[in-house]
Amino acid sequence: MRYKRGRQIPDAEGDMTPMIDMTFQLIAFFMILINFSEGDQNQLIRLPASELAKPPDTAPAWPITLQMTARGTVFYGVDEFTMENLRPVLEVEKELISRRGGDFRNTTIIIRADRYAKTGRVQELIRLCQTVGFEKFTLRAKQESP
Amino acid sequence: MKFRGSGKHTGGKIELMMTPMIDVVFQLLTFFIMTFKITAPEGDFFIKMPQAAPSAGVPSDLQLPPIKVRMTAGAGGELAGLFLAERRLSSFAELRDQVRALVGDASGPGGAGDAEVELDCDYDLRYEYVIRAITAVSGYIGPDGQIVRMVEKIKFAPPHKEGS
Repeated sequence: MRYKRGRQIPDAEGDMTPMIDMTFQLIAFFMILINFSEGDQNQLIRLPASELAKPPDTAPAWPITLQMTARGTVFYGVDEFTMENLRPVLEVEKELISRRGGDFRNTTIIIRADRYAKTGRVQELIRLCQTVGFEKFTLRAKQESP
Repeated sequence: MKFRGSGKHTGGKIELMMTPMIDVVFQLLTFFIMTFKITAPEGDFFIKMPQAAPSAGVPSDLQLPPIKVRMTAGAGGELAGLFLAERRLSSFAELRDQVRALVGDASGPGGAGDAEVELDCDYDLRYEYVIRAITAVSGYIGPDGQIVRMVEKIKFAPPHKEGS
């Protein structure tokens, strides 16, 4: 077989286009699925499951998420409280909502209690919130496929 | 104005620097992969727990008495007994059927929309049984896969003392 002499062979270049396409699609996938509300979801809490638990259509106004562990302590944000020292924190929240022009009576207390928590402790938490002045409560459960 | 070298431009191929873009794109991809967490969707059950007011003590004639569901706790907070108005039930499915028979699932006067359920639970009862009871009285999944709502007004009876 004869080769022509003097012919310049071009540099071999990999085609980057499919790789960039795929990478952007992966980024788009993860961006869509990213969950910014995970700050409210403490991994210590194992929620009870319910087939009727559906995400609410509209986000509640001025929500306060209280997370009760199986041993009866309460997480508000990243801080853990006993029932006794949670009260001043709720008082401060109530004051803050009022100062920001909200009505604390419209505040929804979202209770994320562990499935192994005692029902009496959950009721004590509700009663504590009632004595501070909050009136709306929702119990959160994990969605379960029927 | 005359530019030096004008006229000598050969119109060669301009090569884009792809390396920085690919670097950034891979960093973004790494960030999203590292922070990705699969979490099950969550839903809420509304609980009617208004503050006790002196004027709220006298119920009106039109107000139906609440359907009382009693749950007792056994060792370790397990469910020991499930009662609907003093009648012992064997399962939450039976509770759902009984409540469905009582209130139906139709809206309107006397229908499920007006009915109210009061949960009376032992202090030590595991919270998951409360959610199961609320699920049983709140509705069910119909044959078409849609949720059929029953009782939407749910409240707790005054709590029992610790150890009960």
